[in-house]
Amino acid sequence: MAERSPGERILDFSEVDSGFTAEEARSEAERCIQCKKPACVSGCPVGVDIPRFVLAIAEERFDEARSTILEANLLPSVCGRVCPQETQCEGACILGKKGRAINIGALERFAADRGEGEELGTLVRAPPTGRRIAVVGSGPAGLTAAAELARSGHSVVLFESLHEPGGVLVYGIPEFRLPKSVVRREIERVLALGVELQTNTLVGRSITIEELLAYDAVFISTGAGLPSFMGIPGEETNGVYSANEYLTRVNLMGAERFPAAGTPIRRGSRVVVTGGGNVAMDAARVARRLGAKVWLVYRRREDDLPARRDEVRHAREEGIEFVTCASPVRIHGEPAVTGVECVRMEMCDLDESGRPSPRVLDGSSFLIDADTVIQAIGTSPNPLLVRLLEGVQVGRRGNLVTDENGRTSLPRVYAGGDIATGAATVILAMGAGKRAAATIDADLRDAPAH
Amino acid sequence: MYSVVKAEQLADRVHELVVKAPHVARNARAGQFLIVRVDPDGERIPLTISRVDGDFVRVIFMTIGATTYRLAELTAGDMIQDVAGPLGRPSEVPRNATCAVVGGGVGIASCPIIAKTLKAAANRVIGIIGARNVDLMILEDEMREACDELFVTTDDGSYGRHGYAADVLKEVIAEEKVDYVWIIGPAIMMKVTSEVTRAPGIRTFVSLNPIMVDGTGMCGSCRVIVNGETRFACVDGPEFDAHQVDFDRLMQRQRIYLEEEREALKHHHEHRCGCSTGAHHG
Repeated sequence: MAERSPGERILDFSEVDSGFTAEEARSEAERCIQCKKPACVSGCPVGVDIPRFVLAIAEERFDEARSTILEANLLPSVCGRVCPQETQCEGACILGKKGRAINIGALERFAADRGEGEELGTLVRAPPTGRRIAVVGSGPAGLTAAAELARSGHSVVLFESLHEPGGVLVYGIPEFRLPKSVVRREIERVLALGVELQTNTLVGRSITIEELLAYDAVFISTGAGLPSFMGIPGEETNGVYSANEYLTRVNLMGAERFPAAGTPIRRGSRVVVTGGGNVAMDAARVARRLGAKVWLVYRRREDDLPARRDEVRHAREEGIEFVTCASPVRIHGEPAVTGVECVRMEMCDLDESGRPSPRVLDGSSFLIDADTVIQAIGTSPNPLLVRLLEGVQVGRRGNLVTDENGRTSLPRVYAGGDIATGAATVILAMGAGKRAAATIDADLRDAPAH
Repeated sequence: MYSVVKAEQLADRVHELVVKAPHVARNARAGQFLIVRVDPDGERIPLTISRVDGDFVRVIFMTIGATTYRLAELTAGDMIQDVAGPLGRPSEVPRNATCAVVGGGVGIASCPIIAKTLKAAANRVIGIIGARNVDLMILEDEMREACDELFVTTDDGSYGRHGYAADVLKEVIAEEKVDYVWIIGPAIMMKVTSEVTRAPGIRTFVSLNPIMVDGTGMCGSCRVIVNGETRFACVDGPEFDAHQVDFDRLMQRQRIYLEEEREALKHHHEHRCGCSTGAHHG
């Protein structure tokens, strides 16, 4: 699985590598020892039967590998690329204890990417139940819930406020990590199950709460869209972006093709990204591809970076300069950014997350000359629907409170993904969508028609 | 895709489009906006919902950048790629009060729907509309119909009263007790005009028009400073208490892409022939 050279990669938005060849996939799959009690499966939030699909690849039954995955996961080409496998299936792989874990992510991608045109595989739809369900938000949680509910025979309407379905898969994750064509194909598969998609429709505005609650059940998966800002002086200066805005302009709107595409973006020559998660890596690498010199400022140590291991490595290879144990305190410039003033941080006692808590080192301030700042310090749950749903129980961070099966405090209203948990991963959102769909299905079967 | 059923030029560089968009029209209320994306490569731009009739919504805009020029080229029967909405919070509607609705330039577009809504809630409605000159005056008839009383001004005296809407507003509030004021127009006009109602302490709303991308609270591009705090115009607004808005910051942030806008416009004018290299076919 040859990766393209960093020098070549930063000139375009194509993927870093082209995935396994059939021969590479087969020989990687053959390393699997087919554990009787596979730890990898318990490490998978949607419970893919990993040993079975890996065995199928080893025996070159590639279509079977693919349909095995699809039984549990309807977005496998996405997950093979963006899951944090090192902390999930691969992290649990027994071979990893002594040597190298099976590269399950790459195998999943390999199997899923094959076999275009026979999208539904062995998926079947249960007979129609006559129940109508609204799914609000077409990101990973919403797509998964919609697909599962449709498979159970319910009639599902999937609402999306943007012009394209996919949520963070289309506006957040860049093309070089997750090609839009891959996302589109997986969404087509969900729609082929009979899910009705309504784009450009903001529930709470285009659809009132009363209209929403007229459905037999509602699944809310509106995500953690609201960007956080650091709250430091100078944030209103021209050239300061949230990562959401910066990434949306490029990923969803094609700003890298401006003016052929209508959405502009500042082509900063010196960009400071703040944050250390996957979103920070994505923003930094997009800025690099737009031709900038990029600094990534993170307040803890390199070992504490929450981003996927591969993203950090790719970012470093591509020339992103990591400034760790540092934090911005002021953005200089008027009306446009001229620099970012930072301070050094020292690492102190471990906090509840098990990481050292950073403390400002007095008198350590330094300035990075920059013309663009991208803040990737997190997002919080989208507040619109949460505010409008009268009486629903809301958590400390503005999230919808649910039980472990996705039920909110309101009858017939369920939630999952980042709106319930705060910003997390694609696969955790999918797991939540799947659990909630099972709950909805069971609850509806027990309940009289609404 | 959404079909254009009417496209007309109302004044110098000011155009009207009526679009069939039932999902927007159904629940749209005064003060809200929509987002259009004219074609698959188009940017998303917010436009105030100026009128709603059945399945149809009207928007009115001035040609400034590539997207508005592109919109101005559309004719009845053409299709628009995307129309999303209604977005933002509706106007607050008092009852049994005296309200003034002040529109400046293309901002007049937002006024009749607000005036009508206020009127329907048993308010006395005074309209004041001002434009630079007679060629830029729009919707006078609609405003006359929606308001109990209407004043018309032009900066150069070419039509109606010679002067600014702010001058008339000053006189109106000196003559009778006005409880609420709406001011909608270019940022500088809203800034200057809202000073008139500050000292008398009249509750005054302005509709802010910062640069937006998604318009649903996701990107933070439209952040404005209101009462010293960061707010998002798309979900917290677009209407805010005029006396708490930092207009200078708004105007500064509206100019972020001046250079790019010039480049886009040049590109638009060079590629309007329908050739395959341009983003915009027309």
